Amino acid sequence: MTTLSRRHDFVLIFDVTNGNPNGDPDAGNLPRLDPETNHGLVTDVSLKRKIRNYVELAREGAEGHHIYVQEGAILNEKHRQAYVALRGDEKSKKDAKLNPRDDAEATALRDFMCRNFFDVRTFGAVMSTGINCGQVKGPVQMTFANSVEPVLPVEISITRMAATNEAEQKKKAEGDDSDQRTDNRTMGRKHIVPYGLYVAHGFVSAKFAERTGFSEADLDLLFEALANMFEHDRAAARGEMTSRKLIVFRHANALGNAPAHRLFDLVQIGRNVDGEFRALDDRGLSNLPPARKFTDYSVHIDRERLPEGVEILELL
Amino acid sequence: MAYGIRLHVWGQHALFTRPELKVERMSYDVMTPSAARGILEAIHWKPAIRWVIDRIHVLEPIRFQSIRRNEVGHKAPAGKIRQAMKRGDLEDLQLLVDEDRQQRASAVLVAPRYVIEAHFDMTGKAGPDDSAGKHLDIFNRRAARGQCFHQPCLGTREFTAHFDLIPPEAPLPARNPKAETAEHGFGAPRDLGFMLWDIDHGKPGRPSLFFRAALRDGVLDVPQPGSAEVKG
Repeated sequence: MTTLSRRHDFVLIFDVTNGNPNGDPDAGNLPRLDPETNHGLVTDVSLKRKIRNYVELAREGAEGHHIYVQEGAILNEKHRQAYVALRGDEKSKKDAKLNPRDDAEATALRDFMCRNFFDVRTFGAVMSTGINCGQVKGPVQMTFANSVEPVLPVEISITRMAATNEAEQKKKAEGDDSDQRTDNRTMGRKHIVPYGLYVAHGFVSAKFAERTGFSEADLDLLFEALANMFEHDRAAARGEMTSRKLIVFRHANALGNAPAHRLFDLVQIGRNVDGEFRALDDRGLSNLPPARKFTDYSVHIDRERLPEGVEILELL
Repeated sequence: MAYGIRLHVWGQHALFTRPELKVERMSYDVMTPSAARGILEAIHWKPAIRWVIDRIHVLEPIRFQSIRRNEVGHKAPAGKIRQAMKRGDLEDLQLLVDEDRQQRASAVLVAPRYVIEAHFDMTGKAGPDDSAGKHLDIFNRRAARGQCFHQPCLGTREFTAHFDLIPPEAPLPARNPKAETAEHGFGAPRDLGFMLWDIDHGKPGRPSLFFRAALRDGVLDVPQPGSAEVKG
């Protein structure tokens, strides 16, 4: 496998229609909002979770593409047996120190993890190995995604025509002496964003790739995952989420040829008014109805200002 | 300070975690010297040099936001990895996030912007090829072109730092007038309490070193290594 030799920066543009892209545990699972601007947020870890899930689906069991940080219980009986066997084993070694004996062993452990697990190789992992505080820094880093305009989350009340248990049914019956048909009805809430276009920035350090063995093929898989991850993350809460654009800036060398912020500034997103690009801070936009679909926006890449030594790949 | 550099850094958020509040992370008001050193090292570093932070200018008002995220509770245990290596298969070497959940809040800084003033010293590891001028040139060239070893961050890696080199004769970027208040040390110095200076990686146990930080007219002066102001 050829190790990555060039730095990459990327912009991922995705949207959500009638869904909750990322719930806020602090706010009763409302879509995350920047409290000062009302722009929607999606955390980096939320996006990384989806990349892991996609790779797990697409490369299931493939050598070198295991996922360390897995979602959901996959323990079948066989696993459980191994677990029990291991536990016993561990106990017998309980007094042995957890940290590796020396740097060489720590390196061997780290290499083993990087070789076998795609997510360790890509995003890094904290291992209690004692070397360099036990961290593997991965080459790929992502930022929080921001919506390009403020979003207005909507609360939708929903009903279920059943009760969870008898106690709940009884409670309902006591407090309510109206219509008999509503006996077992319980109510719930859903929070949705009617429409939001989000932008996330990402960075791939070729120098860190050398250390974890992150290869050109891994990069292709990463971009494949970014383009397709929402297609395999359908859920009642998500609504319709789609990767709309993936714009990759490929530098000619490992350290890069231009500052990332200057490259990201080349990607301009505005409102599409009858086919005309209008910047989002254009005052004339205030009479426009809120955006409800991707074609209400227009994405423009300013190729003329592209610095030398940087190539643009539009992968989506 | 013949080899001083000035770097303008900014980002959307920052999280310079206080060591005493690190489970539910709470950021310091201002970037720590150790975080500033990390940013410079992300652009250029060799064992032959050691970055020393002189001053940190705060250009935007200090504001906080709270963000709560689902996180995992454990690191990867070395013992289990060793067992898997010996066994030759990967079974049971995963971390099931749903069974190991911790929801943690972080109080992060919003829209921070700083200027880092720093210089470097040569260390004992400098070879015959290492001259201060060479490393200064490399740093200046990389920073001016936006090159970096890895994209630097403001405390944690999800909060990317964008950077621009300020050439020696150029003026500092303008400070947001809203950051010229008593809270930012205008009028009288504002005491920020004890702040992490850096971690002593050379000593066993990697002890943390602290200093008494104060903002004077929006500037945090950082004591030099070995000075009496740096306390273990």
